[in-house]
Amino acid sequence: MDIQSIIQNGVESAIGRDAIVYALAAIGLNVHFGYTGLLNFGQVGFMAVGAYGVSISVLEFGWPLWAGVLLGVGAAVVLALLLGLPTLRLRADYLAIVTIAAGEILRFTFRAAVLRDFTGGSNGINGFADDFYRPNPLGTGDYGFWRIRFSQNQLWVILVGWTLVALAVLLVWALMRSPWGRVLKAIREDEDAVRSLGKNVYSYKMQSLILGGVIGAVAGMMLSISAQSVQPDNYGTATTFFAYVVLILGGTARILGPVIGSIVFWGFLSVTETVLRQAVDQKYIPNSIMNSVQVGQVRFMLVGLGLILLLVFRPQGIFGDKQEIALAAR
Amino acid sequence: MTERGFSRVRVDAFDEVPEHPGAPKPDPILVADGLTRRFGGLSAVAVDHLEIQRGAITALIGPNGAGKTTLFNLVTGFDKPNHGTWSFEDQRLEGKGAYQISRMGMVRTFQLTKALSRLTVMENMLLGATGQTGERFLGALIASLWRDQEAANRERAVALLARFNLTHMADEFAGTLSGGQRKLLEMARALMAEPQLIMLDEPMAGVNPALAQTIIGHVRDLREEGLSVVFVEHDMDVVRTVSDWVVVMSEGSVIAEGRHSSVVANPNVIDAYLGAHHGTPLDREEQDRQLAEADAVITAEGEAS
Repeated sequence: MDIQSIIQNGVESAIGRDAIVYALAAIGLNVHFGYTGLLNFGQVGFMAVGAYGVSISVLEFGWPLWAGVLLGVGAAVVLALLLGLPTLRLRADYLAIVTIAAGEILRFTFRAAVLRDFTGGSNGINGFADDFYRPNPLGTGDYGFWRIRFSQNQLWVILVGWTLVALAVLLVWALMRSPWGRVLKAIREDEDAVRSLGKNVYSYKMQSLILGGVIGAVAGMMLSISAQSVQPDNYGTATTFFAYVVLILGGTARILGPVIGSIVFWGFLSVTETVLRQAVDQKYIPNSIMNSVQVGQVRFMLVGLGLILLLVFRPQGIFGDKQEIALAAR
Repeated sequence: MTERGFSRVRVDAFDEVPEHPGAPKPDPILVADGLTRRFGGLSAVAVDHLEIQRGAITALIGPNGAGKTTLFNLVTGFDKPNHGTWSFEDQRLEGKGAYQISRMGMVRTFQLTKALSRLTVMENMLLGATGQTGERFLGALIASLWRDQEAANRERAVALLARFNLTHMADEFAGTLSGGQRKLLEMARALMAEPQLIMLDEPMAGVNPALAQTIIGHVRDLREEGLSVVFVEHDMDVVRTVSDWVVVMSEGSVIAEGRHSSVVANPNVIDAYLGAHHGTPLDREEQDRQLAEADAVITAEGEAS
């Protein structure tokens, strides 16, 4: 076993692009689900409009990147309004149904052949993020320590990405310690009680949906900008569920829950993959049981097993409060 | 416990009020007209006219299914009537949302207590305060804008918690409270909103007798402070001790109004609670027929099994 490369891959994943993207997506979900109790199963829809908003406005409209970012954010606000207007007056499960469908509708729309001139169809859009890399102050070369190395562009993505994560965390922290956050948490517990105390519950739920959606859109932008490409099939339902895994792993309704959850999730995923791959290559695991092609699937099985164990032995996640979870179950 | 407990403070306002359904009051705070709510073919509420006197404790009673809670839901905006108008402090309420009605000064509690479990008792209380700058999105971001207001609200909350014997629970999750403590918290929280009219839906249901007495004391205190109180209650002893005026509902309508003593003697009320034929002796023939019927049913069941 090559312990060094296991650690190297693990660390690179834990601080890399995916960890950033899912941390942001889960911070948004935390606002929805953790604090407000909104069951949004279409976070990927917000990510997709963010990603396509940037790429289309840069490549098709010839706008500068910052304008594209604004358009992406605006698109997320519009999507939140579209989803929320009809469903937020209804029971929680209606939002779940509508959001999961909306995410898929968006994906199929973006990959539709008729829109190929705009969205690139199933090929997506490539090479629109030069504006992002141009202000990179890092010179060409390799950065890092020990065996962990990043190119100047990768490091730039990591620096900007974690800065955005920090800003999102700070924003959510500032809001959730305030009376505004208290209203959201109260809505999660019982809407009617909050209504009886003179709060416009509908408006608060809409604000929550918009806030979490915009953070999700930023996650989508980071995903597309870092890859210099938008692929519609990266925006499937699985993405939303990974974001939920990250959130529950870290602990819902905890400020740092999604961030630590994302780091642990991607680190764990990478470590299991490297370990399994080495075990198969070096015949510790015979081909009759598993070959190297199957490693990708098996590691997700292990992640699933890990999640089940987590929910049995630590349902509150890494940061959660056990008493709080017990009260929620009542 | 001093005299406050059970000496009855008379509210003179009712001296001139005739004791019949829909009776006009000298200074009504809440007026409902032709309020109707149907669920399919069932008419859950059909109230022709009802006035609630300001500064008094009005008890709303009636058998199960009489429409008391539905009436509560209608006037507080939690349900929409099929027909009818109603006003609070002379302001029309049709089409107003529950939160708007609450802001106008009519605050309700619920039959099934709604403690916000995963908020602390103190957070529950602070939520009740109205007009908070920190509850607006942009205001929330700058703590210096709402810190003073929050401190002032906290002071009021501390005082209310002390009054309702919840001080020791202030930092616990509301979900850890007992049923009775939740009732107290819900009342205290409603008072944080500084209502003029407080609507209590079975404030004493399911609490032990000692705590019920405490709650009765609190309800009285509210009136002493100038609040108007409407409460739903089943226990006629409680109604007798605490209410100035009693409104009786049955099958959706108000069937009687008056002081406790006259209402309990009202034949319509007795009929509503006990059925119209209670007390009439069975004649021999009827009794035999009913016995034969019962026998037949028992035999049939015996054969079936």
